[in-house]
Amino acid sequence: MSLYYVQKFLYELNRDEAKQQAYLADRSAALAGFDLTDEEHAALIAPDIGLLFHLGVNGQILMHFGALHHIAWADYLQLMRDGIEEHGPVREGVYAVTGYEGTDAHAMSLGQQPGASKAATSETGEN
Amino acid sequence: MPLVYAGVCSHAPGITGRADQADPDMRDSLYAAFDQMRADIEAAKPDAIIVIAAEHFANFFMDNMPSFALGMADFYDGPIEDTGWIGFDKFRAPGNRDLSERLIKEVMQTVDVSYAEEWKFDHGIAVPLHFLTPNFDVPIIPANINCQGPPLAPLPRAWAFGEALRRAADSFPERIAIVGTGGISHWPATPDSGKINEPWDRDFLDRWCRNDKDALLDYDDASVYADAGQGGFEIRTFLAVSAAAAGATGTVHFFQPIPIFAVSCTIASYAL
Repeated sequence: MSLYYVQKFLYELNRDEAKQQAYLADRSAALAGFDLTDEEHAALIAPDIGLLFHLGVNGQILMHFGALHHIAWADYLQLMRDGIEEHGPVREGVYAVTGYEGTDAHAMSLGQQPGASKAATSETGEN
Repeated sequence: MPLVYAGVCSHAPGITGRADQADPDMRDSLYAAFDQMRADIEAAKPDAIIVIAAEHFANFFMDNMPSFALGMADFYDGPIEDTGWIGFDKFRAPGNRDLSERLIKEVMQTVDVSYAEEWKFDHGIAVPLHFLTPNFDVPIIPANINCQGPPLAPLPRAWAFGEALRRAADSFPERIAIVGTGGISHWPATPDSGKINEPWDRDFLDRWCRNDKDALLDYDDASVYADAGQGGFEIRTFLAVSAAAAGATGTVHFFQPIPIFAVSCTIASYAL
């Protein structure tokens, strides 16, 4: 388990367009030099947003990785929920999951119109 | 010159990146409030704007995480985010290295602030600037308080940072504005994104408007996390502005929970 290095890879990737291009061209090569478990390596290659969230990657780092892979926002949220469903609670990191209310349900609980997020889930590219 | 403006605003990337998914009336009202904030700042005629943000691993990571940092460069590029995702183009904002250096030296008299001669903006600064200085014609001095990677500086230290910024700003001939950016309660970029604790937010803003130091410091990270999510740690930026405007009372110009933007969208300022 090397959450620190998973996050460090993503931190460096998120802020450097050249590294993003290198990663997209050869994902495995881009991970060289980072002390990762096989599970972490595979999750970063896939990419497996749900597993990465389960492993404890901070969402403020992970959401940029989702954007790099053109994952729509609602899909990004759902992939994290699916990851928790499949793998269990977040293993470590800054937070624990506190519920799965979701944006539309919460908007309605506030007496507001739900957003159109679900309608926008289909325009995903590579993910 | 005495500080010429002190205010706060939200910085959530959904404000621009998911604008098409929000209730149009709410979104447009928020945008109008940002327009008014821009007009208020322009009326104050600042020579520079200190933007106190809680950046999100764009520059600082757990290999060397400063509790407090100030930019010291003549320009800053941003946003690091994908332009399609955040909803606007890359930009280069002007800085003022000389002013930054003087600011840092003065702040260092009481706060061990780090400095950075290179700083890439993420949504924490880029989204506010998209509305507040769309022509990038006012020098920006970025300030950061670590609100993402615990351990975090205790709230009284954030207060001391704000006091130091005020003392420094008042000692310069330039006209300085301060803008704090961040969320109140929110669970950004998690499965709970969209959850908002509106009563908690309203109570916090009541304390903020009264500029009640004791009440504003009467939080701890455990309770903030429980009641306001990990995004609630960003109240440090609001607190720093309160400290910079100590003695002044504030007004909330806009407050509306907008779940698709993942936060109670807020715009407020102090009457200096």
